[in-house]
Amino acid sequence: MSNGNGTLHTISVLVEDKPGVLTRIAGLFSARGFNIDSLAVGPTETDGLSRMTIVINVESKPLEQVTKQLNKLINVIKILEHEAGSAVERELMLVKVRASGDDRARVMEIAEVFRVNIVDVTASTLTLEATGKPEKLEALLSLLQDFGVVELSRTGRIALGRGDRGIRERVLKAAND
Amino acid sequence: MKVTGALAVLKALEQEGVEVIFGIPGGASMPLYDPLVDASPIRHILCRHEQGAGHAAEGYAWATGKVGVCMATSGPGGTNLVTPIADAKMDSVPIVAITGQVPTPVVGNDAFQEADITGITMPITKHNFLVKDPALIAETVREAFHIASTGRPGPVLIDLPKDVLLAETTWSWPDRVNLPGYKPTTKGNQRQVGEAVKLILAAKQPVLYVGGGVIKANATQELATLATTGRLPVVTTLMARGAFPDSHELCLGMPGMHGNYTAVTSLQKADLLIALGTRFDDRVTGKLAAFAPNAKIIHVDIDPAEIGKNRAVDVPIVGDCKDVITKMAAELEARQSEHGVPDRSAWLNQLEDWQRRFPYRYEQKPDGPIKPQYCVERLRSFADDDTIVVAGVGQHQMYASQFWRFEHPRHWINSGGLGTMGFAVPAAMGAKVGQPGKRVVAIDGDGCFQMTAQELATSNTEKIPFVTAILNNGYLGMVRQWQELFFDERYSGVYLNPDVPDYVKLAEAYGAVGLRAESPEEVDAVIEKAYSVEDRSVVIDFRVDPKEMVFPMVPAGASNDDIILGPESATPTTDPAEAPIV
Repeated sequence: MSNGNGTLHTISVLVEDKPGVLTRIAGLFSARGFNIDSLAVGPTETDGLSRMTIVINVESKPLEQVTKQLNKLINVIKILEHEAGSAVERELMLVKVRASGDDRARVMEIAEVFRVNIVDVTASTLTLEATGKPEKLEALLSLLQDFGVVELSRTGRIALGRGDRGIRERVLKAAND
Repeated sequence: MKVTGALAVLKALEQEGVEVIFGIPGGASMPLYDPLVDASPIRHILCRHEQGAGHAAEGYAWATGKVGVCMATSGPGGTNLVTPIADAKMDSVPIVAITGQVPTPVVGNDAFQEADITGITMPITKHNFLVKDPALIAETVREAFHIASTGRPGPVLIDLPKDVLLAETTWSWPDRVNLPGYKPTTKGNQRQVGEAVKLILAAKQPVLYVGGGVIKANATQELATLATTGRLPVVTTLMARGAFPDSHELCLGMPGMHGNYTAVTSLQKADLLIALGTRFDDRVTGKLAAFAPNAKIIHVDIDPAEIGKNRAVDVPIVGDCKDVITKMAAELEARQSEHGVPDRSAWLNQLEDWQRRFPYRYEQKPDGPIKPQYCVERLRSFADDDTIVVAGVGQHQMYASQFWRFEHPRHWINSGGLGTMGFAVPAAMGAKVGQPGKRVVAIDGDGCFQMTAQELATSNTEKIPFVTAILNNGYLGMVRQWQELFFDERYSGVYLNPDVPDYVKLAEAYGAVGLRAESPEEVDAVIEKAYSVEDRSVVIDFRVDPKEMVFPMVPAGASNDDIILGPESATPTTDPAEAPIV
């Protein structure tokens, strides 16, 4: 979605919170030759269930194979592929950028325009906390590159489908037939 | 009732109907062995190598349809099970592997004989468990057997730290499994079945492309009904030999890299493939883009991930083969009762003509070296239809599949997907344990035999007699064949020496009967002698022609249309860059 060539897909995977489940999923991706662009994990509204948001770079193999193979893992409860525009997708980014002299005011101005927080200040750097759509973070980052990015950490994308239903009520399109 | 974790394991296995465990004890798994003295009715068969225990569990599962169980200690015990577990994964064989683990306080501490066996086996098991609480043992065993035996079967490993085995817990058997993420689709969609039957009725050149899933689903009767109802010819893949009787007029035999001309070509010329419990494996399809170019595809499989993986499908049906084939045959019969069976005599006549013109062939000269195919044919002619045949991987495996005439399912056992050398001897032992009333014959290569021959000691100590027929050509024959055809006859790393070890003496050292045939006229007498021995295992050393090659052959990566029928039409590739990949 973000790189414009149409090969990135976002899927949400509801899994049992069992030891090794992350390894099983990561291992499946490498064993089957699929590339993970980002992966974010956390607890859900239900005890004992975790939710992973995985951004997959599908090049040669169809997304259908990914979801079918994931679905075969015993600890995977449900998989949902988010079609473009069908989900709210967000990411958190912390970025430490060089900002001394005149640059400091310019970085702060950019922060204001993008409505991001400044969470740490030193004599020579500012650390920004930004959340938003992946496109927004990319745009912010490209502006900050000019000042010099000292350090960068991103959570990877998380997503929830739009509408009134939760993932457990949705039907995985690809995995069944 | 208070029990130790170890006793809970054995009681749980008993609940699952386990009668036998193939294993080797060690430090971490010792608690599991104590109840075997007097507190558990389960028979433990002490193998000589954990790989042998694993393959024996596989052979037992193949022959019976039940879950095979193997057991090993931590560290090297577990790592020695890796090959049979991977083999079971590739061939969808239901086994449960139980391993001891170092005590939980030292897990992750590089303790003596520690290996992260759940981590190691994650990609080669259907699922695995590390049990850290003795109260979870019973439900874990129940879940393991459920996962191994349902859906697409496969191996499951349970890792049990020693302190968990020693700890006390309260025994209770769960009344059901709780696996919210595991619900295989077994019932085929009736509407899709209707679509499939439409295609079948419209097809002029249909073929039933039958894989191992039909045997796993115990659907061979249903297959026979479908085939005869629709007058549909059948090919049985390497994994499905015996799913449909070779003697049946609609049976075309084995397709694939070393399949017969008719089976291979029927798929190429078909206008419809009804693929049942099969996965369009590269050994069957050859060059995928050139496989069955004119065929529409009906694909029935219990594993949705197999459908459309290699070949686009016209009618996909997820479900258990028994359910789907039953529905398909009923629907077909109903539709045909209105319109009759479509006339496909031209197609059936064509197939019959090919069968007559292009059978498997070899030439056994009376005064020449013994041909391996001749050994298989003679072994078959002295055996009844109820004989179980086991093979490893390589030339001997192909000769066995080609020249043995199979009449029943679960009478052919081999290492298909993984291609594991050393599979045959321990798997034959496991098969004999599962089917003690049947004769079991392992047809093996001399290379394969040497990898797991130590299980002959197990077989004669535990009184599990079977016959091993070594097609001894002194070479790693299949690799030699490829070097002859694709590497300009530059033989490298393939000569084994037919005289070392002396297989007759080796057999005798293991308490087995050792026999040898060095010329064609000796073959029958040796087989008769071997089959007359009931009380111990027999090893036959057939000294066969080292130059013999397996034909027909579709070179790896080539189209099935380019099938090579025999040595006279083989055109060796001399440019190594042109040599096909495996």
